[in-house]
This record gives sequence, C-alpha cells and structure tokens, in this order.
Amino acid sequence: MTDIRIPAVRTRAAATPPAAAVRRPARERGARLLAALFLAPTVVGIVVFTVGPIIGSVVLSLFHWNVIDSPGFAGTANYREVFTDSTVLVSFRNTLVFMVFAVAAQLLIALSLALTLNGRMPTWLRSVFRSAFFFPLVLSAASISVVMKYLFNQDFGVVNWLLGLVGAAPVPWLTSEHGAMATVIIVYVWQQFGFSFLLFVGGLNNIPKEIHEAAALDGATGLRKHLAITLPLLSPTLLVASVVGIINALQVFEQPYVLTAGGPGDSTRTVVMVIYEKAFEQLRFGEASAVGVLLFVLITAVTALQFRLSRRFVHYQ
Amino acid sequence: MSQATLSRKAPLSAGRVRYALGPWGRIAGLTVCALLTLGPVVWTVSTSLRTPADSFDLPPQIIPAHPSTAAYRGVFDQIDVWLLALNSTLVTALIAVGQMITAGLAGYAFARLDFRFKKPLFGLVLATMMVPLQVTIVPVFLVLKSMGLTDTLLGLIIPAFPTAFGTFLMRQYFLGMPKDLGEAAMLDGAGPWRIFRSVYAPLAAPGLAIVGVLAFNYHWNEFFRPLILETSGQNYTLPLGLVSLQGNLGTGSISVVLAGVVLSMIPAVAVFVVGQRPLREGITSAGVNR
Repeated sequence: MTDIRIPAVRTRAAATPPAAAVRRPARERGARLLAALFLAPTVVGIVVFTVGPIIGSVVLSLFHWNVIDSPGFAGTANYREVFTDSTVLVSFRNTLVFMVFAVAAQLLIALSLALTLNGRMPTWLRSVFRSAFFFPLVLSAASISVVMKYLFNQDFGVVNWLLGLVGAAPVPWLTSEHGAMATVIIVYVWQQFGFSFLLFVGGLNNIPKEIHEAAALDGATGLRKHLAITLPLLSPTLLVASVVGIINALQVFEQPYVLTAGGPGDSTRTVVMVIYEKAFEQLRFGEASAVGVLLFVLITAVTALQFRLSRRFVHYQ
Repeated sequence: MSQATLSRKAPLSAGRVRYALGPWGRIAGLTVCALLTLGPVVWTVSTSLRTPADSFDLPPQIIPAHPSTAAYRGVFDQIDVWLLALNSTLVTALIAVGQMITAGLAGYAFARLDFRFKKPLFGLVLATMMVPLQVTIVPVFLVLKSMGLTDTLLGLIIPAFPTAFGTFLMRQYFLGMPKDLGEAAMLDGAGPWRIFRSVYAPLAAPGLAIVGVLAFNYHWNEFFRPLILETSGQNYTLPLGLVSLQGNLGTGSISVVLAGVVLSMIPAVAVFVVGQRPLREGITSAGVNR
C-alpha cells in the first residue's frame, strides 16, 4: 500500500509553491503518511487473506493438487469432475432447499415477533423478550448442535416425548432424509432468527411515529396498517435481512456437520461440507477450490438478483 | 405497574375493542415463544446438574431430583478443560484487541483523512464483507502453511485481525463526530496524529467496544477455522474439544457432554450480560446504517 501512496505525496508536495504555505503541505504530508500507516494492517490483511485467496481459489481450481505431489495443470477437468459428482450436485440442491426454508422461516418468525413486540407493553417486559429472542445468537452453533442432537433423539429425546404428550408418533428426526433436513433447518433457525429480529426491531424504531399516527387518523387499523405502511417503510431492512440471511444460509456447516454428519445418505450434506471433505479429508485441493468458486458464483448471483428484484419493492424514505 | 401501563387507553370505540384484548394475547404469545427459545438452554443446564443415571429421565426434571456436579468432574477427567479454555481465551482476546486496533485505525482513515484511492479502497473493504470464508479457506490454509502457521494458535489469530465490518462500523462512528473538534485542535497546533490520539480516539471508545464484543462473541464460538487449522489436541479450542468429547463418549453420558457445553457457554453468557448493548447495536447497525 505504501508504495502506491508515497510517490503521490511527492508530486503534490513539489507542485505547491514553496514559499507561501510551508506548514500546510507538511501537515498534508503528515496526514497522508498517517493514512497509509492506519490503513496498512487492514488493507494488507484483506489483500493477503481475502483478495489474494479469491484469486488463488480460481487458479487452484484449474490444477490437480494433493499438497504432496507437485501441482499439475488440469484445465477444466476439476469442474467437469465436480459437475458429474453426484455428491456435489446433491450438496448444491440440499443447500438451496435449506436456504429457501431457513431464510423464509427466519424472516417470518423474526418479523412477526418484532411487530408483536412493537405493540403496547411495559418497557421492562419488552426488554426481557428482546433479550430472550436474541440470546441463542451468542451461543456456539457447534455446541448448540450437540445439545439439539439429544433433544431430537428419536427414542429418548425431549422433542418426541413432548409430541407423545399430544398423542403423536415418535418422529425419526435425525435418521430419515426429510426429518434430518427439517431438524437441521429448525436448529439453524432457532439459533439465527434473533439476528433478523434485531434488524427488524432497529428498523421499526427508525419509522417515525407521526406516520402511524397520521394513518390511524385516516382510519387504518391492525393488519391494514402493517401491510400498507409498516412493511413498505421496513423494506430496506427487509432487504438487508434477506441478503445477509441468504449469504449466511448458503454457508451452513456446523449444524449438519454435528447433527447428522451429512446423512442419512447425502441428504443433509451441504456445499461447505463438501469443500471441507474434498480439501481436508481427501486432499483434493483443486476440486475443493472448484466447488468453492461455484459457491462464490452462486452467492454473487443470488445477491445480485435480489438487489435487482428489490428495486421494485424497496422504498426509501 | 404493568397493569397501569397496559390499561391506560382511551374510551372504547369500535376500532379499539380489538386492542383492548390485544396486549394480553400478544404478551402470552411472546411468552410462549420466549420459552421455546430458552427451553433448550434451560434443559442443558438442568441436565448437566443431574447424575449420569438420571440424565435420560423423561419427563425431564427441570429441578434435578438428585443434584450433582459429577458431570462437571467428568468433563475435567475427559478433556483438559483448562488448556482448551486457555487456548480459546488467548485466541479470542487477541483477535478482539487486534480488531479494535485495526478497525479503529482504518475506520478513522476512511472517515477523516485524505488520501488517494480512498473510494476504491473503501469499496474493496466493503466488498470483502460479501466473500464467504469457506470460498477462501483452501488458499488461506496454504498461505498459513507456507508461513508455518498451520496447527498453531497464531494461525487462527493473525488472519482474523482485519475486519471489514468493524472498519465500516468505525468509519460510521468517526463520521458521526463533529469536525470542529479536530479543527480547533489543529488551530492550537496539533498535528494529524495528535488530533487522532488526543481528540477522536478517546471519543471512539463505545464504538470500539462494539467491535470488541462482536469479535469476542464470534471467535469464542468459532468452529470451522479451528477444525481445519488445529490438528493436534493441544491447540484445540473449546468448541472443538466439546465435539470431540461427544465423540469419545458416544451416547454414554449426556450429562457430561452437556456439562461441557455449559462450561463453554459461561464466557459467552457473561459477554451477553455485560456487553448486551454493544452487541445489539453492532448487529442492528448492520441493517440500519447501510
């Protein structure tokens, strides 16, 4: 970074008339040097650990490499391999299914809770509820998944015991294909909805009270008020919550890794699990990078699509 | 008190009848949801305090019939809790401090200093917020390997220092401070460093607290990077140790595993209690400021 900025400083300093303002150029030079120093850790870090590795991933995806032997150029072979690998294809399907259900559930639950909490109630109670909904967010996904594995156990788990109380047959939560995916989604949503919830609470606080009062004077009540006023005003927050929600959901790893290890079969194997397995269990770094590049393309495409679609639905005040 | 707040309303009109019934229904609904949210945590704590023999009991005893700390002793027998906790603390604390420093400095530069390529550089920083860790993990692993940092705690710490979100947050924070302060200091003869050090940096403490608490929470719970980087048990962090604890025991004793989970939760809960406000503000600002 410094090598970009220092020549720039010299040209500017030479261009200023030497006699008139000696202090200011010195001060400007000081500020530029300071900026370079201040930015160096962040920019160098980001270049070494994010930008470089993105390029690295693309390059690596064009090579066969297992760390031990020297890398050999593969061209598109890794991509062809990945596109015909049924586990990889299934993992993309699983991840998309997971994303759709998890994000929809997360947004719906978070939005209804935030709207309900926004109604009239004592302040202390409001903060108790807010803390409760946000609490799971501070726990580790891995250890919470360990806990949930017991709760969702078919034979001695509390969830099936509760279902038994209302007369339902025990559900094979972790041992059937659909059950396993449902469990992964439930556990993920349980932990994550607090994030969207907090965004919505913040967004609702930002809506000026006068707008609702004016609407109430015009006779708007209940649901109508929410649909016609609150939601459009909340739409920028909704956009952020869904973009962040989708990006996070496409990266799901801990829950399926701990709860089901991808099974039964491949039914809960996600894209990130495949990257992990290919790279660090099978030492197929080229193929792992190819899957990573595809995931990156998918995330970018979905996010871009969302921003495009949102132009029609998002209203800024 | 709640009674008074709830029933303070205008005389009933047709439109208000629904609201007269509303608050209690709302509160009841929210209470059920809060119980569902906290239920698994309560169950974890109560089961960890049962004897291993009672741990499978259904219906679950919320207050253990025979309270026992045997499970906690079991955890200390099975895994080296102190070592894992020390590793986790070291990694998390150094990352939190490192992020506060890097984000504070970079955020200030983007908010208040002039230099070339400011906009594209800031764009670059923002763009990296969108890049998932998993996409870059293979090359990052190789970079760390070439530096000899795989299977070391340092390998977890150093790549986590730069924080795009923290930088963004601190920039917003510095932008919100009055410019006059710096200008006044400049008239008094302070240079750019003095202005930062003596005027703005002290004012940034609450913003830095947000960055620190967010970093602590995220990295204390982090699983994916430690799983890949740390291969020998002596470098494990708590989440890794817990998952391996579960593996060692199979389904033998739930209470021991859950006691381990409770132990690892304690610092996270402490941060939640102490740092709730900065945490919430950090998360909320992700949506509101953009």
